[in-house]
Amino acid sequence: MLAYLVKRVFQAIAVMFAISLISFAIQDNLGDPLRELVGQSVSEEVRQQLRDELGLNDSFLQQYLRFVGNALQGDLGTSYFFKEPALDVILKKLPATLELVFAATLIIIGLSVPLGVYTAIKPNNILSRTIMGLSIVGISIPVFLTAILMIFIFAVGLRWLPSYGRGEIVPVWGSWETNFATVDGWLHILLPAVALASIMLPLFVRLIRAEMMEVLQSEYVKYARAKGISPRRIYFVHALKNTLLPVITVGGVQIGTMVAYTILTETVFQWPGMGFMFLEAVNRVDTPLIVAYLIVVGFIFVVTNTIVDLIYGLVNPTVNIARMGA
Amino acid sequence: MKIITRLAAAGAVGMMLAGAASAQTVKVAYDADPVSLDPHEQLSGGTLQFSHMAFDPLIRWTKDLGFEPRLAESWEQIDDTTTRFHLRENVKFHSGNGLTAKDVDWTFDRLKQSPDFKGIFAPFTDVEVVDDYTFDLKTSTAYPLVLHSATYIFPMDSAFYTGTTEDGKDKAELVKHGDSFASRNVSGTGPFVVTEREQGVKMVFKRFADYWDTKSPGNVQEIILTPIKEDPTRVAALLSGDVDFIAPVPPTDLARIDADDSTDLITMAGTRVITFQMNQDRVEAFKDARVRQAIDYAVNNAGIVDRIMRGFGTVAAQASPAGYLGHNPALAPRYDLEKAKALMAEAGYADGFSITMMAPNNRYVNDDKIAQAVASMLSKINITVDLQTMPKAQYWPAFDERAADMMMIGWHADTEDSANFHQFLTACPNSENGNGQYNSGNYCNPKADALMDASNTEVDPEARAKLLQELETIVYDEAGFIPLHFQNLAWGARKGVHAEAIVNAMNFPYLGDLVVE
Repeated sequence: MLAYLVKRVFQAIAVMFAISLISFAIQDNLGDPLRELVGQSVSEEVRQQLRDELGLNDSFLQQYLRFVGNALQGDLGTSYFFKEPALDVILKKLPATLELVFAATLIIIGLSVPLGVYTAIKPNNILSRTIMGLSIVGISIPVFLTAILMIFIFAVGLRWLPSYGRGEIVPVWGSWETNFATVDGWLHILLPAVALASIMLPLFVRLIRAEMMEVLQSEYVKYARAKGISPRRIYFVHALKNTLLPVITVGGVQIGTMVAYTILTETVFQWPGMGFMFLEAVNRVDTPLIVAYLIVVGFIFVVTNTIVDLIYGLVNPTVNIARMGA
Repeated sequence: MKIITRLAAAGAVGMMLAGAASAQTVKVAYDADPVSLDPHEQLSGGTLQFSHMAFDPLIRWTKDLGFEPRLAESWEQIDDTTTRFHLRENVKFHSGNGLTAKDVDWTFDRLKQSPDFKGIFAPFTDVEVVDDYTFDLKTSTAYPLVLHSATYIFPMDSAFYTGTTEDGKDKAELVKHGDSFASRNVSGTGPFVVTEREQGVKMVFKRFADYWDTKSPGNVQEIILTPIKEDPTRVAALLSGDVDFIAPVPPTDLARIDADDSTDLITMAGTRVITFQMNQDRVEAFKDARVRQAIDYAVNNAGIVDRIMRGFGTVAAQASPAGYLGHNPALAPRYDLEKAKALMAEAGYADGFSITMMAPNNRYVNDDKIAQAVASMLSKINITVDLQTMPKAQYWPAFDERAADMMMIGWHADTEDSANFHQFLTACPNSENGNGQYNSGNYCNPKADALMDASNTEVDPEARAKLLQELETIVYDEAGFIPLHFQNLAWGARKGVHAEAIVNAMNFPYLGDLVVE
């Protein structure tokens, strides 16, 4: 276990290093940050002078070494726009994104398991067919379209829900302010969370359905049936347990991916999180912030994947059985 | 939920009818929030919008491009190079300090150091303080745009910005990148005090209790400014009643906001001209004025305004919009395909040629669609266009390299004056004096430049108008560039927010004077 962890940590460091190199290498192609820092009629001479001050005229190697040197001391550079250390900016925006992802995950888990199981048990039922049909639609509509559609139905048309932002948030700890403490906060997070969930939900319903159908064909389920165990117990205890293994694997990776999907959702809902911040940073050519974001997101990916691997080992009964056998 | 809101709204209306002047909060959503609290850090629309909230200029533009006194009560020309301003007395800064001529002098010196603003103040040499409420603004030579430039002087609280911060930094420091006292703290004379700010998320302003302009009809007590980047979301926020005032309104939603019973649409002809430039250094054919004219004749600008801009633009035949001194009403937009073909044949290019074209895709309204339309229009006179569009972040470096044969550029004159268009867009490129910095066409006519230079020292408005109109005519006759249209401006407001009275073509609404029912 320890050896495995150490190995993973080294892998993670290598991945982080590669990400830093790649993100640093592409920044020259993102545009000229000076354009966003100064007005249009500022002379080229003044711009060159500012470029010198920012160290943008140094060679790539010089800039990269300076960056790595600072990064090792925890300094990922200073955002041009926010004028604060890029890492601070990201950490300030992180809670909003994590809360959104958390809310979306709750929706996905809450809906995908019953829907997936139901459609597997009754594959030919009209309701199942409707669910499957809708899931195709859900997969094919891009998230920003779903989001805008929902805004126009629920915010503009029915006026049930607010159209943008986080609403009333309550400070919890440090820069973490939560949406979950007030009714207003819940109302504000509902639409973005549903929009974000809409990408993954169909995928999970289909995944659980497929796995469940396969498991239902297996010998031990047949045996359980023959033994006279109630169908409810077979479906939700014996079959579902084994269905969830691949779902957890995929789920862990997908939750990481969801952090990336927040870029679109947050932009449409003006959700003040990391994803929106990143898109803005790209538009403003805020290169230090872009690089720092890629590194932080890379870090989140690496961490979630490691945790998933560990959980998988814990949940997989065949592993335990093997151990017991030995 | 809905019923409750309605009841509350009805209650509020009832209270107002009863004559109670209740506290008014207005929620404003722009596409971006100001980059800094320092009014000298960046010359941009966002900064100026902010400056008109937290500060006051010496004088400001009226809706019909005239001047009205603000902190300067009156002014007179003393000699060719000196204008004397008389400051309003009993004006207080947010910090409680009183405004004197010393503050203006201090602000002027700081403007001269700002990379963004020093260009505008280059013709000015000094502010000489006469007494507490009188000062002379000096120029090196006679200069016609003294008042234009004075609209950029928003006096800062010199006492507030003097000294050092706890960590030993100079409070007056003006930095482009990084933390400074002035970028996080503000003390102006303006109608609103900044009470809360989370960059990129929201900004809260409260009305300044000691505001000097007690005659202002403005009754807004609190403004919550939220940047909403996405057009559909901003429109939805207004339509759903989450915000009261938005800008800009995208052309696709104009009709919707206009038609909605709960919102008003306010539009205005803007002053930003959208143009194409033809690079004479890269394409031999562009050196021939007939080819350039042919292109101008081939481009149907009225069609672009009608179809792509959905009528939300003013067709342009020259750089100066109506209302500017140099605007020559005699110059009409050119569109005649037959004539274009004839001109091409006359120049010996009946069979046409191939060129490259570049345009941004997120800088101007519908910029990429406009470029596509122009490219297909040019194919009718046998000019094959290889078009590339890209985000502005990549576009500007490409523009600086003059990377394509035809490039799109939009321009708004910081000075609100015709000479500025020529100086940046069509003057002979000259790295020494910075002329033609955005002249990717390398169009050059020394006669036109001479007219511009003459206009820069001509203080008689009539004589100056003549010079500038002649300049526009020369560039028009030689088709120095392809004018397309002026982008219109649009704001959306909830009914009862009387924004019509406070908006202007420069796009800095005077929110201090906003009346809300």
